[in-house]
Order: sequence, then structure tokens, then C-alpha cells
Amino acid sequence: MSVFEKPAAAAAGGVPAVTAAAPAAGRIGVTRRQLIWRRFIRSRAAVIGGLVVVGFYVVALFANFLAPYGVDQRFIEYLYVPPQGLHLDVRTGLYVYGVQQTVNPETLLTTFTIDRSRRVPLRFFVRGDSYPVLGLFTSDLHLFGARVAGMGAFFLGTDRQGRDMLSRILIGSQMSLTIGLVGVLLSLIIGSALGVVSGYYGGRVDEVVQRLIEVIRSFPAIPLWMALTAALPQHWPPERVYFAITVILSVIGWTWLARQLRGKVLALREEEFVTAARVMGANDGRIIFKHLLPQVFGHIVVIATLAMPGMILAETALSFLNLGLRPPLTSWGVLLQEAQNLESLRNYPWLLIPAGFISMVVLAFNFFGDGLRDAADPYSA
Amino acid sequence: MIAFIIRRLLAMIPTLFFVSIATFVIIQLPPGDFLTSLQALAASSGSGADKAAMDNLRHQYGLDQPKWVRYVKWVSGFPRGDFGYSFEWKRPVRELIADRLELTILLSLLSLVLMWVVAIPVGIYSATHQYSGTDNLLTALAFLGLSVPDFLLGLVYVFIGLFIFHASVTGLFSPRLVDASWSLGKVLDLSNHLFWPALILALAGMTQLIRILRGSMLEVVGQQFVRTARAKGLSEQVVIHKHAVKVAINPLVSVMGMQLPQLISGATILGIVLSLPTTGPMFIRALTSQDMYLAGTFLLFLALMLMVGNLIADVALAWIDPRIRYQ
Repeated sequence: MSVFEKPAAAAAGGVPAVTAAAPAAGRIGVTRRQLIWRRFIRSRAAVIGGLVVVGFYVVALFANFLAPYGVDQRFIEYLYVPPQGLHLDVRTGLYVYGVQQTVNPETLLTTFTIDRSRRVPLRFFVRGDSYPVLGLFTSDLHLFGARVAGMGAFFLGTDRQGRDMLSRILIGSQMSLTIGLVGVLLSLIIGSALGVVSGYYGGRVDEVVQRLIEVIRSFPAIPLWMALTAALPQHWPPERVYFAITVILSVIGWTWLARQLRGKVLALREEEFVTAARVMGANDGRIIFKHLLPQVFGHIVVIATLAMPGMILAETALSFLNLGLRPPLTSWGVLLQEAQNLESLRNYPWLLIPAGFISMVVLAFNFFGDGLRDAADPYSA
Repeated sequence: MIAFIIRRLLAMIPTLFFVSIATFVIIQLPPGDFLTSLQALAASSGSGADKAAMDNLRHQYGLDQPKWVRYVKWVSGFPRGDFGYSFEWKRPVRELIADRLELTILLSLLSLVLMWVVAIPVGIYSATHQYSGTDNLLTALAFLGLSVPDFLLGLVYVFIGLFIFHASVTGLFSPRLVDASWSLGKVLDLSNHLFWPALILALAGMTQLIRILRGSMLEVVGQQFVRTARAKGLSEQVVIHKHAVKVAINPLVSVMGMQLPQLISGATILGIVLSLPTTGPMFIRALTSQDMYLAGTFLLFLALMLMVGNLIADVALAWIDPRIRYQ
């Protein structure tokens, strides 16, 4: 009996061993990156958020083409036109209703109302306001526009100067979305350099960096940003103001990243692979760049994504207060400056539309960043 | 405990010193000074500025002295409660900012209370009814609350209040009551004018607290002491409210310190949008007109508020969770 039992037992013991090894073998073939990706795409909100974010950046890239009009193109006879909704007629194609101008006899205020008896047909690929492409050549091709030149079609209405809100929002997205990106990039460079150095070397260096962070973080963000942006000279050219704002935004941004990375590096520094590298004669630079930074890279990406909404909101808030970007630069915050005046807010509520776009981008970034954070640590439950 | 508080207070002193230097450097950053911006204004309105008179004023205000002398003069007044002189208002800074700081603190405290009063029951409900319809709805709302900046909510609030309900939404009092003497109606009017801004201010933090409490409750509910409590035959009510919540609430206290900067930032910008007599409107005006001591003192006090708030959060945490104190 026992003679026959043994191989059976061995087999019985062997079978679970094989089945146990199978998923393990499957796991060995999967890289860390693939694990992260799998976890990420499982979260529907994060995927949608990510797609929306990518979508916004693609739109920003082709904003001049997608926008029916130029960012500063004025229609003097169409001031404060309400949004003309987009309609589809199967026979004639897309159209918007025309507008009717009325003058209020009491206030002498000119107002426009939608006139359903007139239609303004639309056409794809029209020639309009010219814009530079990549700084190489200029183009005047727009995705769509009113079929009759000179006739306006304003989906989201026009502003005080008769400029198309949709075009301004689309082109303004370039400023709003890139300022966050550049700001985050700058924070990343400063934050990861100081954070890693502070955690790796410790001692006096660490003390100085931590004290600096403590002082900066003693200030509430918006008031500090306000004070710093108020210091920008009025006569600076737009590009310089733009760059200065990104620098100012990253003044606070980097501290968060530096704190987080310092903690990570402090823990990693004691790990055996660092000791091993050192024993093998690696210098500090090699240990930091080859061994430590790749370990915290995922963390950096997550923090950067989560920092984006804050940067976008900060730019919007500052520009809204007339402290950030200013015309001729156009960002969503600059557009909202028009909504500051309560009277115009009452008469022309569509001036608030850029706020919807801001909230949408921030919401998408929040979902995206949240999903990334959960996915970045693929070995946790 | 007292030793812990004293240690933390002492640690604040050097930070405060560096903060005052940083503040002074920041308000010195704009080119020129208050008089040059005054001069520019005078020039634009056509009245020529008298060079000698300007130099005289500059001397009178001490603007011709080296920067470090001005810093030392400014800082050395602090112990006496002297924070410098506002060029624009021609009054000592102290008289100008006292009311405004009080109102800012009041508004921040009010929204802090609102945050907690709403977040705790909702967070507990969300955790005990995980993935229910209400929980999912709250999760969606939480993300929305985090995504709409408070100044936008302020604008929307003004829009709805002013044009749909035709109510007075800006300032502290309705126009008809501004000059009225104190009465029940006026007190109600004031609380109405403070409640909504406080709620708008609280919204982002509130949703954050709900998320954190929900997560921490879910974690705590799975722990053994909760199972033990249930095994003892305690009612679910007692298990949740007496055992689980007490432990789950710790992360909320520690996050309070992180929320204060947002609250102070929000109060500043919301004050501007709703033209409340908080620090916001006067601060931004002082910044643009280069009224440096006024702007600097505001910035300094906002930082101080933040530091004191953080201290209180730390003390509260140490009080709730004694393990923290010795770390």
C-alpha cells in the first residue's frame, strides 16, 4: 500500500505545486509597467478622466484650426450676442439661428435675441482669420464657419468687444493648460532635486532645505501668489509674464514633492541595494540617478498629475483677479475677468461659460490622478 | 502635554522670524514704491508731480532709507503692536486690519465648523452603506466639489442670489440695514450673509473630509476590536459610534492642518468676489497700490493664522491620540 501511495502522494503534492506555480509563472512574464497599466485600465473613472485630459490637450494643440474665428477677431456690430445653439437640418446641413437686434427704449441698451425665422448655414473648412502654424507658416483654414463671410455664428455667444466666446475659450485653453504643465515641470525639477538630495545626504543640507520648505509653507498659497504676481512690472512683454507666472506657481508647488520624495529616499537609502551599489564603488550621482530616481519615478508622476488641477485653478484665480496673465494673452482666467462685473453677469450670463471648461478639466485631472495613484503601487491589494 | 505645546510654540519663533524676512522681501519686490505709483497716477491725470515735494514725502515716510533699516524699524514695532503706517489710508496699519482679520477668522472658523458638522455624519453614513446609491452619489459629488474652485462657486452664488432670488448677496448687510441699529433682523441678515460664503468655503474641504472619513471608517470597521465589540453583543449603534468612529476620526484631525491653507486662501479670494470686508479686498488693493506695510502686515498675519491653526491641529491630534506626542 505504502509503496503505491508514495508516488500518488508525490503526485498529489506535485499537482497543487504546479497549479500554484502557473499563476506565478504568468506573473513573472508581466513587467511592473504592465501591472500598473492593468490596474489603471480597470478603473473606469480614471480611464475616462485620462481620455478627457488627452482630448483637451489635443484640442489645445489644434485650437486655432478648430476655432471658427481668431482670438482677437472683433465683430463690432455683434456685441454681447447670446449663444446661438447649433442645429442640424438633414437637407441643408448644420446651421444656427440668426440674431435680432433690439434697442431697449428706456436704457438705450442694445440687446440681441435669437431670431428663429432666419438661419445662418455653416460650412466646413472655411477660410477666415489667419494664424501661425508652429511658427513656420500661416494658415487661414478653420474647421467650420458661417457660409456667408462676414456673418457671425457664435455657439457660445460673444463678449463685450464682439469676440466669439467659443474661439476664445478654445484658444485660451492653450494658455490655461500649458501654464499648469510648465509650472508642474518646474516644480518637479526643483522638488525632485532638493527632495532627493535632502533625503540622501541628510544632516545640514536636509536641515536647510526643510527649514526653507517650512517657511514657504507657512504662507497660504493664494495670498502668497497674489503678493508675488503683484510684483510683476506692468510693462513686461506677455511671454515674460507667462514665464514669470509659471515660476511663481512652482514656488509653492515644489515643496510638496520635495517633502514626499525626501521621505521615500530616506527609507530607500537604508535598503540593501543601495549599500550593494556603494560597495561596488558607485558614486553618489550614480546611486541617485541610476538606483534611487527610478524607484521613485512612479511616485513623481502621480504627484505631478495630482498637482496639475491646483496649478490650473491657481492661474485661473490669479488671472481672474487681474494679477496673473493679462490681455493680449488669453487664458480661461482672463476670460473670466469679464464676469467680474455683476451688471454684465446679469445681462450676459454666458460670460461664465469658461468656468464650466475649467471645472471639466480639473475634474478629469482629479479622476485621472486618483486612478494613477491607486495603480502606481501594483503590489498592494 | 503642556511641555509639548511649549516646545511647539518655541519652534514657531525662528520660523516666524524667517517668515517676516520673506514677507518684507516680497513686498519690496515691485519696482519703485508707493510714491512712484502715486506719481504715475498723478501724471496720468495730468497734474505734474513736484519733485521736491515727492522727495520730502519720501523722507517723511522713511522710504529713502536702506532696506534693512526699514525692515528693522518695521519689525521692532511689532511688540508694541505697531505694524507701520498705511500710505494710502493715512492711518496706522493696526487700526485698518483688526476688524478685517477678525472677520476672516470668524468666516474661516464658521466654515471649519460647518465642514465637520456635515462631514462626520455623512462620512459615517457613506462608510456604513458602502457602494449604495447614496454612497455613489456622494462620491460623485465629492469629486465635483473638489473640482469647482470656490471663487467660481462664489460667482455662481452671486448670480443665483442676485438675479433669480433678487436677494442681497454681497457685503455683510443688506443695503437697507447697513446703517440701521442692531436688531434681531440685522443679526439674522448678518448670519445670512455669512452662512452662504462659509458654506461655499467649506465645500471643498467638506468633500475631502467625507472621503477621508469614509476610507478610514472602512479600514477600522474591519479590525478585530470592532469584531470583539460586536461579539460582546453590543448594538450596531454603539459599535459604530463609540468604538469605530473614535479611532477613524484621527486622520481627519491630522488633515485639518493641511486644509487650513486652503481655507485662508479661499477666504481671501471669496472675500474679493463677494466684496466682504475681510482681508481679501483690502489686501489686493494694498498690493496693487504698493501700500507696502499694509500688504506686508496682511501677509504676515495670514501666515501667522496658518501657523497657529497648524499648532492647534497638532495639539488636538496629540490630545486625541497620545501616541503622536512622543514621536
